Amino acid sequence: MKNKLGIVLKGLVKENPVLVLVLGTCPTLATSTSVVSALAMGIAATAVLVCSNVCISALRKLIPDMVRIPCYIVVIAGFVSIVQMLMEAYLPDLYDMLGVYLALIVVNCIILGRAEMYAKDNGVVDSALDGVGMGIGFTLALLVMATIRETIGAGSFAGIELSFMEEFKIPILTAAPGGFFVFGCLIALVNHITRGKAPVRKSFDCESCPSAEFCRKGSCTAAETAEKEGNADGNA
Amino acid sequence: METLKGLLAIVMTSVLVNNYVLSKFLGICPFLGVSKKTDQAVGMGVAVTFVMLMATAVTYPIQIYLLDPNGLGYLQTILFILVIAALVQFVEIVLKKFIPALHRSLGVYLPLITTNCAVLGVTINNITDGYNFLESMVSSLGCGLGFLLAMVLFAGVRGRMEESNPPKAFQGIPITLVAASIVSLAFYGFIGMFAD
Repeated sequence: MKNKLGIVLKGLVKENPVLVLVLGTCPTLATSTSVVSALAMGIAATAVLVCSNVCISALRKLIPDMVRIPCYIVVIAGFVSIVQMLMEAYLPDLYDMLGVYLALIVVNCIILGRAEMYAKDNGVVDSALDGVGMGIGFTLALLVMATIRETIGAGSFAGIELSFMEEFKIPILTAAPGGFFVFGCLIALVNHITRGKAPVRKSFDCESCPSAEFCRKGSCTAAETAEKEGNADGNA
Repeated sequence: METLKGLLAIVMTSVLVNNYVLSKFLGICPFLGVSKKTDQAVGMGVAVTFVMLMATAVTYPIQIYLLDPNGLGYLQTILFILVIAALVQFVEIVLKKFIPALHRSLGVYLPLITTNCAVLGVTINNITDGYNFLESMVSSLGCGLGFLLAMVLFAGVRGRMEESNPPKAFQGIPITLVAASIVSLAFYGFIGMFAD
């Protein structure tokens, strides 16, 4: 039982997909302008992640290895369409707020990454729990960022005006430059607290990219190796 | 003349005001990952522009002539991503067979683009913005050029950054993001340039 709890908890802190593994940067930056949109994005992505993890895990023995990435993409895109239709019908305001980013959950690398790194080798229950943990970790990171950006940038929290922030607003934080800045500072903070204990990604290189394996034949690694060999030749 | 002016406005808007990377946050991964050297940044930018144009040329007719008349709008997401993935693979094979020189310089970036949110984003945005075919193509070209511009500028900034010595916690990704924030701030100044 403790083991199962561990699967959920590792996604929350130790392997937080956004702040430690630095995956899914695009939706994190784009939807963290307000707490409401961050929460909506987090819940939508979590739903897709859990469903696709379960589905891929259940089909893992049927999907041939050669065509697994297209299969994963079809499964994920199917669930994204379901979430889109449900949201358009029941939460039209949020649907408009998230706009194109809702459809772009398909290419969110957290979801494809978990399918490739976890669901394809593990049982249905474990994969579902992994999805829940990673999804909550993603949502929490989004909420932290959105809270900082909305309270300091717009002087409100989840749409409620905070009167004491009235005179100290920094509106640029809700705009694009503020997104990059807050995200950079948050990762630096996590780096500082963990002091190299957590498996923090050092850069956006292929070596540290969990998607490297499935971006077909690892062609980015091939490019890098070729480059390194080129350098070696130059040095020799 | 009026249409030409409209098209030019679309290009300028998508290159400067609504830059896909710096103000819409689409395609951040390649932006931060492949911008270490200027020549790599140019290769990636050109490849993205190329794929964006191809993807729009294919997905736009699918939406207008296949999905819309049959009320299949809900298949948009699933169909677009599959079409783009297949297209990228196809382009890679064709380049490898017929233009090996181009494949050597662009080919390595192509697989990375399959799951690039900027490409899927531009095809969906063209539909939601209600552009016609010509406008869609021009807007894709603009977005691609905007991506290229952002990549090249950022590669220059990063070259300088390599020599700096940030605090330990900021080394690596955090300082890169802070630098991206400053480049983005420069583009923030273009907002309001084409108020419509």
